Amino acid sequence: MTTKPMLQVIDLEKTFGALRATDGLNLEVMPGECHAIIGPNGAGKTTLMGQLMGELRPDAGRVLFKGEDVTALPPHTRALKGLARSFQITSILKDFTALENVAMAVQAHAGHSFRFWAPARKDRSLTDPARAALDKVGLGHRADTLASLLAHGEQRQLELAMAMATDPDLLLLDEPMAGMGVEDSARMVDVLQALRGRTTMLLVEHDMDAVFALADRISVLVYGKVIACDAPDRIRENAQVRQAYLGEEAAH
Amino acid sequence: MVKLSREIWATALILLALLLLPPLAYGLDQPFYVEVWSRIMIYALAASSLNLILGYGGMVSFGHAAYFGIGGYVVGILSFHSTEFLPLIGGWEGTTSAFISWPLAVIISGLIALVLGAISLRTSGVYFIMITLAFAQMVFYFFISLEAYGGDDGLMIARRNDFPPLNLADFFYGHVYLYYVVLVALFGFLYLKSRLIGSRFGMVLQGAKQNERRMASLGYPVYRYKLAAFVIAGAVCGFAGALWANHQTFISPDSMAWTKSGELMVMVILGGMGTLMGPVVGAAVLLTLEAVLASYTEHWAFFLGPILILVVLFARNGIWGWVVGRGREDGR
Amino acid sequence: MVLLFEQLLNGFQFGVTLFLMAAGLTLVFGIMGVINLAHGSLYMIGAYLAAVTINQTGSFLLGGLAGLAGAGAAGMAIEYVVIRRLYARDHLDQVLATFGLILCLNELHTILYGRTPLFAAIPSFLEGSVEIIPGVPYPVYRLAVIVVGILVAIGLYLLITRTRLGMLVRAGATHREMVGALGVDIRMLFTLVFGLGALLAGLAGFMAGPLLSVEVGMGERILILTFVTIVIGGIGSVRGALIGALLVGIVDTLGRAYIPATLRLFLPPVQADGIGAGLSSMAIYVLMAIILVWRPKGLVSAHG
Repeated sequence: MTTKPMLQVIDLEKTFGALRATDGLNLEVMPGECHAIIGPNGAGKTTLMGQLMGELRPDAGRVLFKGEDVTALPPHTRALKGLARSFQITSILKDFTALENVAMAVQAHAGHSFRFWAPARKDRSLTDPARAALDKVGLGHRADTLASLLAHGEQRQLELAMAMATDPDLLLLDEPMAGMGVEDSARMVDVLQALRGRTTMLLVEHDMDAVFALADRISVLVYGKVIACDAPDRIRENAQVRQAYLGEEAAH
Repeated sequence: MVKLSREIWATALILLALLLLPPLAYGLDQPFYVEVWSRIMIYALAASSLNLILGYGGMVSFGHAAYFGIGGYVVGILSFHSTEFLPLIGGWEGTTSAFISWPLAVIISGLIALVLGAISLRTSGVYFIMITLAFAQMVFYFFISLEAYGGDDGLMIARRNDFPPLNLADFFYGHVYLYYVVLVALFGFLYLKSRLIGSRFGMVLQGAKQNERRMASLGYPVYRYKLAAFVIAGAVCGFAGALWANHQTFISPDSMAWTKSGELMVMVILGGMGTLMGPVVGAAVLLTLEAVLASYTEHWAFFLGPILILVVLFARNGIWGWVVGRGREDGR
Repeated sequence: MVLLFEQLLNGFQFGVTLFLMAAGLTLVFGIMGVINLAHGSLYMIGAYLAAVTINQTGSFLLGGLAGLAGAGAAGMAIEYVVIRRLYARDHLDQVLATFGLILCLNELHTILYGRTPLFAAIPSFLEGSVEIIPGVPYPVYRLAVIVVGILVAIGLYLLITRTRLGMLVRAGATHREMVGALGVDIRMLFTLVFGLGALLAGLAGFMAGPLLSVEVGMGERILILTFVTIVIGGIGSVRGALIGALLVGIVDTLGRAYIPATLRLFLPPVQADGIGAGLSSMAIYVLMAIILVWRPKGLVSAHG
């Protein structure tokens, strides 16, 4: 009895001119796990994210989501299939309130939006789940604040709330802790801990404390390839990994 | 809540003033003001339709006047065939009835917007601006080439459309009846637009304006929504064009010259982009400004140009934005 | 066959005018990110100054100098007063502000020169026709325009690929911020590029004078065709501008020459000519639409 992987990346390749950003990348994310991706800068993490989400077309290879080949599908189709994403550089709707931002996420999955009459802001079927998501990330008290007026850390929380609001099958988290202070990061880790087991997560992060606290498995990405994929402790011991990545940190 | 009241109060005041204008004008023995404000309101309707895609949707369409002209020509051509007893299609000799002409103007403008929009919206940014402009030129040249309908010189329309029980062609009061028809059309559209903006569709449109990439990653097929908005805007602008043809009893390719598209954009910006009453205020201010300047010099455009540049550089929020205070507008 | 050859050359010649306009406009947009509607006005300024000078002094070359210098100076002035403030703005603001410039400049020319179109004569040393292929005479002037166009294209190619300025232009087209970060005086670069674009527009206007009538509104007509050209060719690429210009020039010219004639095979002459004129005006827009459906970013990417 084998469980099918939630996400399978098979021999993925992407070249930009002379740069092989993704060079035969293989990856598997099992349902319910929190799978982290780490790697030095320039390893190709952003390119990988783009290809998983559908913003970039790979030159070769396949992406399978829930067993289905989604390689040629555009971002919005993948989103509707249960793939949600938070962005590394905060990408929210600045002129909407926090509540409206998350409500848009809910609305996307509530059928088509060719409804021209009823006020969306008063629609409880949208705002109730939105408030719930905001509460879960700890932003409930800021629901009616304009997104552009939120602090950086709060905006990162909003990013996460938008991704979580639709109860996705797979959550792609692109450096959710980016630019956050110690307290905010710790809070974010708590939120993500609460999701473990229920929501499958693919987490790209630099913050090693967070990674080792959250990950069930870690894949190490170097020069567009996964050089090791294992439980956190064994990754820590892995000589290749230490050399390529943790090496500099171990030396301190 | 105070800001909200201010906007509603100001809107109500404007509506009241416009309702009372004809009796006031006649009372002051200046009946021609009725025609002046009919004209302003027709342009306000056209500018409002542009505001939907430009102000709320972020689509810089530089060819919107094409739909204005198309709507006008539908009315003109149907009327021409009817009064000349010339068969148009399959023996049908056109019509002078508003109840057929005006819906047709809306439908045909909408259909053309669908085709041109479907192609244009595959592009974005500067490409989109240039392409909408180029397509509008194409439509412009097409109508110039229609010699049978006056070509470059335009098409005279024998009389205004039949709109029973009102006689729009009435010698004494026809223009007053038309004024009220336009008023109802304008505020009717503004009301519908306010519902549209606050609806799910409107939220998607505004979201796409702010961050299209984000909207796509949430699951929205943004292209479809933008195209729908584009078609609605084109259709409504066609309606404005139909009213225009009635107002002038004349239609010519000048109504869809690209400078007309530019004027519509100026009205939207001047009044306040992404606000409900902005285009109305913008139309009133621009047309009045043109008229005032023209009374001083025939070279008024020489002064209008720098004024426009200054507005763009320094008064970006527009007049309505200033009146009701900068902040959240749409339907809250 | 003879007619086809002649029309092809006419298409080339028209393409040259478009190329001169398109190269400048595409560089300005590619490097500075500014969409400048007043580019057509620079063409008009060049045409007017050249025509007036030719008529006053009788010297064609003096007219050319006046046209080029005038357009260049006007370009620099416009850049300094208006365009400079638009670099950080969004496209809508740029469109509206430069639209304001058009209104002002058009009216200025009406004030200075009146509403009657001006005519500039073809200079005596470029009059007449020459037989490039025996039995096929072609106007010398138009040939000269084509030659100038080829020279300018070669010159631009050398400028962009062989000089430091050209290298900055290429870099700027793809990585504007980088060029600034490299310590290059970005403002000077912008002004130079804008000035170059203005000169090219002025040259186009000067050369077009004897072929068309010089009047207010000529700028907008050529501007929209220029837009179509760079959209087809790909914004930001001079190579694209060349390809686009030749395509548009040839399609437009051949369309006007052959569409009415083709229609006359099926329709009565009056109708054929009327509809034919309309359809041939639309030809390049249809071409643009077809290319865009296939390649939304034009034929050549800016990296080319």
